[in-house]
Amino acid sequence: MDIFLQFLQAFAVGGFICLIGQLLINYTKMTSSRILVIFLLLGALLEGVQLFDPIESFAGCGITIPIVGFGAVLVKGAVKAMHETGLLGVLTGGIVAGAAGLAAAILFGFLMSVLFKSRTKS
Amino acid sequence: MIQKEEYVELVKKTTPKSKELKTLPIAFAVGGLICCIGQAFRLIYSTFLPIGKVTAGSLTSVTMIFIGSLLTGVGIYDKIGKVAGAGSIVPITGFANSVVSPAMEFNREGVVLGVMSKMFVVAGPVIVSGVVASIVIALVYYIVGLF
Amino acid sequence: MNGGEQTIVFERKPHIIAGYGIVGPKEGEGPLAQYFDEVAKDDLFDQKSYEKAECKMHLLAIERAIERAGLHESDVCALLSGDLLNQIISSSFSARELDIPFLGLYNACSTFGEALILGSIMLTSGSMQKVACSTSSHFSTAERQYRYPLELGTQMTPTAQWTVTGSGCSVLSMDGEGPVVTSATVGKVVDYDITDANNMGAAMAPAAAFTIATHLRELRRKADYYDYIVTGDLGIFGSEMLHQLLLSEGIDIAENHLDCGKLIFDETQKVHMGGSGAGCSSSVFNTYFLQQFKEDKIKRMLFVPTGALLSKVSSLQGESIPGIAHAVAIEVA
Repeated sequence: MDIFLQFLQAFAVGGFICLIGQLLINYTKMTSSRILVIFLLLGALLEGVQLFDPIESFAGCGITIPIVGFGAVLVKGAVKAMHETGLLGVLTGGIVAGAAGLAAAILFGFLMSVLFKSRTKS
Repeated sequence: MIQKEEYVELVKKTTPKSKELKTLPIAFAVGGLICCIGQAFRLIYSTFLPIGKVTAGSLTSVTMIFIGSLLTGVGIYDKIGKVAGAGSIVPITGFANSVVSPAMEFNREGVVLGVMSKMFVVAGPVIVSGVVASIVIALVYYIVGLF
Repeated sequence: MNGGEQTIVFERKPHIIAGYGIVGPKEGEGPLAQYFDEVAKDDLFDQKSYEKAECKMHLLAIERAIERAGLHESDVCALLSGDLLNQIISSSFSARELDIPFLGLYNACSTFGEALILGSIMLTSGSMQKVACSTSSHFSTAERQYRYPLELGTQMTPTAQWTVTGSGCSVLSMDGEGPVVTSATVGKVVDYDITDANNMGAAMAPAAAFTIATHLRELRRKADYYDYIVTGDLGIFGSEMLHQLLLSEGIDIAENHLDCGKLIFDETQKVHMGGSGAGCSSSVFNTYFLQQFKEDKIKRMLFVPTGALLSKVSSLQGESIPGIAHAVAIEVA
């Protein structure tokens, strides 16, 4: 039951965030890049004012899977590294925390480009 | 002839927006579903692997990026995107799609000058803004911590 | 000009002696399927890239049109061609395979109109006997160049149009059979401050309105002089805007206006406002409309290909989208 509730919450919050994104697409004619940036910065901001964790305990993957979560991960890493190694940590912490996702994206991007060719839309 | 200002107003007023309401529940549903899939993976990883919460989170992200990349590679992700809109753009699978799609697209122009040069043509803003934001916020904390 | 500020009246009238149109698979499933001379099975045309595919398609259209006219390449004095690719490589690389002097053109999707006008002027001046006019466009090359990678999961906005994969070529000659070009109005660039690159129809409509109004005014004709006034690719919304603009000039084209972008696809093909592209007007004209002339179903048409003169850079720098439209009056001989 507990697990079911977790999934329901993830579904609701994740769906809601995407809904906001869709409203932005429909009414502001924003491109994907702009929308991704806005949501990423939102996540960064939420983590900056320490609101991200409480939301995550409710929403789980509903907030970590959207790009919002990636922004929060970067800020979390930078702040942690700042506490550990001062100014140098400010510089390195974000990228280090996001390294897994970034490396995965680069690797798979490269791999898929070798294995597959783009196809026209129908 | 209708003048410029009047014409711009006319266009603004009469530009069709008819199909837009249909896109909202689909974006909600697909976005929610993708998050649930992520939730499932995270549960599996934290239950069956001897790893901490952060590592489980990273592993989940990598898994979702892999799924997004694979679906892009076989040509399914853009079909999902056509219907789901933000439901497929906002999740991290959309980020993967935005890296893999230009990589695949520009392999016709060669590996170095095509794939490698253009890989971040869509996702670049995300990475730059993310890293800069993390630095700025950590810097704020650092400065505040000095007082 | 001899017919007015922007209008030429051809005393000697060039004939369109042959036309050929090739399209891609999606266009081949549309309402004009039976009229196209050739429908490709897949839009790569067995080539390694979409650009090479567009070039092959364009070349085929030119070669077959010349063949249909009963001519050899050496009979054609000049090739007037254009397309939407950077540096018009589809046209240039097609011309590379042909033994015909090449005059590359660019007026976005109204290039075919530009080609017909220039070709007619060349013929009637007596300096050339036969010319070929052609344009091409391809959905995938346009997406790659102007918009997004093909596999990116984006949504078409309600006012977006679908770039047609198609190419059409007309062969013009002073003697021979076929409908004649009787007059032409050269359009001026018109910018009505539309900035949305996803609403091309709205951006181009003012140019079409000015050109059509000028043509009718300078030749002292009413809209119903023509069986049809056919624009290139204003699409559904652009056509509506055109009607409004012309109504404000007292010109009503609701009864006899057609648009190639609206004709080439139907609603079930999910192309929102319709087709667009330099190859849209040329492929539809050289198949459907030439056939209508042949079957005596049309006696006079005003052909108005429309173009949007923007680039990726101009959009990013905040520029609005200027439009252009050329009108070519074509009547039975």
